Amino acid sequence: MIDLTTLIPALLIAATPILYAALGELVVERAGVLNLGVEGMMIVGALAGFAAAVATGSPAMGFVAAAAAGAAVSMVFALLTQFLLANQVASGLALTLFGLGLAALFGKSYEGVKAPAMMAGPMGLNWMVWIGFVAVAAIWFFLNRTRPGLILRGVGENHDAAHGLGHPVRRVRIAAIAFGGAMAGIGGAFISIAIVLQWTEGMTAGAGWIALAIVVFSNWTAPGVLAGAWLFGGVTALQLRLQAAGVAVPVQLLSMAPYLATIIVLTLISARQKFSRRAGLGAPGSLGQNFHALR
Amino acid sequence: MIRLVPRTETAPVWQVATPILAVLATMIAGGLLFAVMGYDPLAAIRTIFWDPLFGQAAAYSRPQLLVKAGPLILIASGLAVGFRAGIWNIGAEGQYIIGGLCGAGVALAAYPGEHWWLFPAMIAAGAAGGWAWGMIPALLRNSFGASEILVSLMLVYVAERCAAWMAFGPMKNPEGFGFPGSRNLQQYPSAANPELIAGTGAHWGVFAAALAVLATWVLMSRHIRGLHIRAAGLAPRAARFAGVRPEALVAFCLGLSGALAGMAGLFEVAGPAGQITDSFGSGYGFTAIIVAFLGRLNPFGILLAGLLLALTYIGGELAQLTMQLPAATVQVFQGMLLFFLLGFDLLTRFRVERRITA
Repeated sequence: MIDLTTLIPALLIAATPILYAALGELVVERAGVLNLGVEGMMIVGALAGFAAAVATGSPAMGFVAAAAAGAAVSMVFALLTQFLLANQVASGLALTLFGLGLAALFGKSYEGVKAPAMMAGPMGLNWMVWIGFVAVAAIWFFLNRTRPGLILRGVGENHDAAHGLGHPVRRVRIAAIAFGGAMAGIGGAFISIAIVLQWTEGMTAGAGWIALAIVVFSNWTAPGVLAGAWLFGGVTALQLRLQAAGVAVPVQLLSMAPYLATIIVLTLISARQKFSRRAGLGAPGSLGQNFHALR
Repeated sequence: MIRLVPRTETAPVWQVATPILAVLATMIAGGLLFAVMGYDPLAAIRTIFWDPLFGQAAAYSRPQLLVKAGPLILIASGLAVGFRAGIWNIGAEGQYIIGGLCGAGVALAAYPGEHWWLFPAMIAAGAAGGWAWGMIPALLRNSFGASEILVSLMLVYVAERCAAWMAFGPMKNPEGFGFPGSRNLQQYPSAANPELIAGTGAHWGVFAAALAVLATWVLMSRHIRGLHIRAAGLAPRAARFAGVRPEALVAFCLGLSGALAGMAGLFEVAGPAGQITDSFGSGYGFTAIIVAFLGRLNPFGILLAGLLLALTYIGGELAQLTMQLPAATVQVFQGMLLFFLLGFDLLTRFRVERRITA
């Protein structure tokens, strides 16, 4: 009933939006910032990417525009949390609510429009799927093997110490937030121009929140993010297969699967991080705290 | 050079002034947005904020104010209690849906019998459903350290699919000609939540909201638990040394906000909505977060904030009718309002000083 040769490509495709968004958020959180606006940045990217792809006829331009739009809206969050020292949880939520509204407002005229066809890469899979793998390796290398990556981790682990060493805490964090926004935008655009090929309101359907959970699941490492994205891609693909196969379970209950799986996995990983004696590295030390230099 | 100096105490003047500033800034930014979109900004602002109360159709739209403000205030007063303690229940939308489903389930099970106890039983079921849905993230956080933010939010999507399943499956109206959706509870006298005072829009949920405002005010300012909540939010470590158990607070805050959101869902399904449909969740649970912040997490502030956001809903609908403004405008407005509020909040916590740098 379920054929692995079709399930694995389906898994990789379903995992890709979450992979991009979660990689971006990983960098943001390693810099000590908790941005709950991933869902909002994704939906803005989904619309901007779709609009640009339709206007230029080039999906590649769509992804560029999506990255720019995601980074642009993330700057509102950066302004609130880095300059106006607003609460990060509330500011991230505001970004999500605002992004969903903004995309719904400007998306009306794109309903029913068809996206231009996407160029297929190796093995019939979209190029962006492959670029996603490169991004995992690149981000791992950046965080663990380069000096700027070390500074970024230092800022996230203890911003007072990083400030004391003369590192520009605020600038590092703003750059990380912009990167996170761009990656979330690309992830969102993958949904609208590579999976659904249409614009519908609220089409990210919680993918941004799942990405946030995957960052926790990954224990704040890039390979962990990849594993998490595959896991959820697998659950999603399997669930869609079961729907198509006409299993005697209502569609609505099957479609709960990715969300329930997120909760279960989040709980298991949190329990491991809580009870394990040799818990890997866990959450960055300054995660979610604002930095205000008095001197 | 501008420098921010932390205040030792929050400034009471700015506590009141920042929400007002935020509303004004939202109107200006919203006006600019309308102008960019090609609408007359002044007319749009007037249609949203003035006409629902004093315009030509005010007789119709004024009662809607309480209909919309009721659930917002009821949910927000519960959320604010948790936010004060740093416990982030952002899944009120899910608790609202499950409360509505549970309450409607009781009514549909008793159909078509007429009983005096039915409506109270529905309220209890709605509150219990919301409470139980809120206790899931509470238990997972207390036992395993899972983030209540992510779990409560994930449960919104699960609850939405529950509502869709119920509307197409178990709760589908057998006399509904095959259309999805449950029986209409407004046409079932024992289960209906009607307008109690003609022309005001006030149903039982509005009275429950008023009660919730009073009760949370007593809790936060007169009860030892309220003191614990405030202490845990301001200084978690100090609160722990004073004997406040964080686990108990997590369970209390998520349970309370869940129960209030569940009740709001029940009042909605038995009243203004009338039935369970696949789109029963209408976003009140998310807007209530904005209401809680705009009201500065203070029960009476929430009362005013709930009325204001209810006004944006009604005004938005009116602007949709008369000016063909897209429905999502209100959402953008509400998001902007929260941005400005969080931004201006700086003024309550810091003094802005200008100094010449040496």
